[in-house]
Amino acid sequence: MVKVNNISKSFKDVQALDDVTFSAEKGELYGIIGPDGAGKTTLFRIMTTLTIPDKGTVFINNKSIIKNYMEIRKTIGYMPGKFALYQDLTVEENLNFFASVFNADVNDNYDLIKGIYSHIAPFKKRKAGNLSGGMKQKLALSCALIHKPEVLFLDEPTTGVDPVSRKEFWDMLAGLKEMGITIIVSTPYMDEASRCDRIALIKNGKFLQVDTPNNIIEKFNSNLIAVKTYNMRRILDDLRKCTNIKSAFAFGSEIHALIDDYSNIENVSLFLNNLKYNDIEIHKIKPNIEDCFIWSR
Amino acid sequence: MLKFLLEKEFKQFMRNLVMPRMVLIMPLVMMTIFPLATNREVKDVTIAIVDNDKSIYSQNLVNKIISSGYFILADYSSTYNDALKQVEKGNAYIILEIEKDFEKNIVREKTANIIISANAVDIFKGSVGASYLSNIIYDYSVELNEKLNYSTSSLINIIPLNKFNHSLNYKNFMIPAIMVMLVTMITCFLPTLNIVSEKEKGTMEQINVTPVNKFIFILSKLIPYLIMGVIVFTICIIIAKYMYHLEADNGLIALYTFTLVYVFVSSGLGLIISNYSYSMQQAMFVMYFFVMLLFFMSDLFSPVAYMPFWAQVIAAINPLKYYGEAVRGIYLQGATIIDLYPKLIILIIFAVVLNILAVLSYKKSE
Repeated sequence: MVKVNNISKSFKDVQALDDVTFSAEKGELYGIIGPDGAGKTTLFRIMTTLTIPDKGTVFINNKSIIKNYMEIRKTIGYMPGKFALYQDLTVEENLNFFASVFNADVNDNYDLIKGIYSHIAPFKKRKAGNLSGGMKQKLALSCALIHKPEVLFLDEPTTGVDPVSRKEFWDMLAGLKEMGITIIVSTPYMDEASRCDRIALIKNGKFLQVDTPNNIIEKFNSNLIAVKTYNMRRILDDLRKCTNIKSAFAFGSEIHALIDDYSNIENVSLFLNNLKYNDIEIHKIKPNIEDCFIWSR
Repeated sequence: MLKFLLEKEFKQFMRNLVMPRMVLIMPLVMMTIFPLATNREVKDVTIAIVDNDKSIYSQNLVNKIISSGYFILADYSSTYNDALKQVEKGNAYIILEIEKDFEKNIVREKTANIIISANAVDIFKGSVGASYLSNIIYDYSVELNEKLNYSTSSLINIIPLNKFNHSLNYKNFMIPAIMVMLVTMITCFLPTLNIVSEKEKGTMEQINVTPVNKFIFILSKLIPYLIMGVIVFTICIIIAKYMYHLEADNGLIALYTFTLVYVFVSSGLGLIISNYSYSMQQAMFVMYFFVMLLFFMSDLFSPVAYMPFWAQVIAAINPLKYYGEAVRGIYLQGATIIDLYPKLIILIIFAVVLNILAVLSYKKSE
């Protein structure tokens, strides 16, 4: 459905995208996961025909973004990271307007957005600018869907959204996937990766890994441990000096580290004890997507 | 498609609390206040007179000056220095010094001297006042010539002939200029700022991923403000007619023809600016730069004919100059389209060129 081949794009001295290749099948929920500045938005702008890549090709449903961009625009829905609807029009007017520019009728495709729009329908006479963040997001999604697109592009839809609404939003995406819509979604939150069919990890304009979330975790073939103590600040530097530890990073209240062999956990514990650390907790852990991201390449 | 876009534009425009009112208030205020406030008629110039002669002839001259209505006697000083002090204090604007043997000299030598000194801080008031004064004195000398039957002085009488603006009415001069400025501001600023604001808010991008054609999108931005420009122009015509009795009833078709063409010139310029602007602030600043340039390098405030050559060259590539000349010509000279067709052709060329540039630059910035 979406085929991206060897896309490169640079802005002056910044290489935003470097030889990116991936493809998403029809009805797939495809996640592009990476930190801010990784090149996610540039990739989305290219796929949605807003920017022309320096190199490479993109085909949406076998149509080229260069030659057939007008046809592509009829069949895709795009929800940019920033709320970009008319704040001075009401909820209803925004929906009708975006339907009309696609020559679509709200009633024809209402089934598609019913689950989402019903939440904001009671406020349909309210101006879009006066909606809460979560409602704005639902309206934007409704507007992106109202012409029944084949592919939906969502650029960081959950950034700045509270955890409950985030979960709700992913549930909505799952519902849309059931209806056969191909969804390409980007997010900086690693914990959302598991909700996708396949994910691509992106860093500095390059794809690190492309696979299902489970496969990515299974492919992680190093020995991971979590270390916890009272003086977290100092221990990171000391841990990195330990000969059994390959690398270590702070992960919230813990430190995740790669150890050469699990049988050496005792050695590490001893090493830290010699440095006068008390209450050291060290145990084996299973990697999550964030670990995979950090230790990719 | 265009219909939906226009519907949206008008909805947004009418929903704005300020904009629809501004479109009515701006021409009303500009047309009712500015022509009355900006006055170039020099009246009530304060004058200090140093009459060293104190004769009948000098007294007659002084009376003539005071009774002219243009001057107010501020001080009847005994010396020139005293009079100068009055000027320094701000009590007087012009000094008239009459020489000691004024009357004697006129009778005997057939010539006499008078010194006029004007405070030139306000160049306009000073120079105009001084020239009024010399006119009065000239009149007086003519009178004397007749009275004394001198035939020696050449009686070349320069009668200032104020063509077209017979009453030398500054209002009649300014009203067409204000109309031209209003049309420029509305049709250049509003569509441009509207487009840039869509860019800034990100809604432009949302429109760009829809199948809406770019030209239709731009057209949907232009049409509402073209209509508004014409409405504002009409309000001005009505105010000019009923408030200032300045009418161009026979030239209405010519006025609207020029306005319609000019609206494309000015919005074309605005579109080019909007294509290169990334924020409202930038667009606003760049637009002020160009609009000021258009205003001052045209006939609106000071005649292009009096400008130095290089400035006339700049004015020649200023579309506002042609539009302004046309509107003024229609109002003050009763010019018709036939008289003005070279200007119309120039404006059409401007409209075509600027809009082509606008379209080209729009593609470039993609």
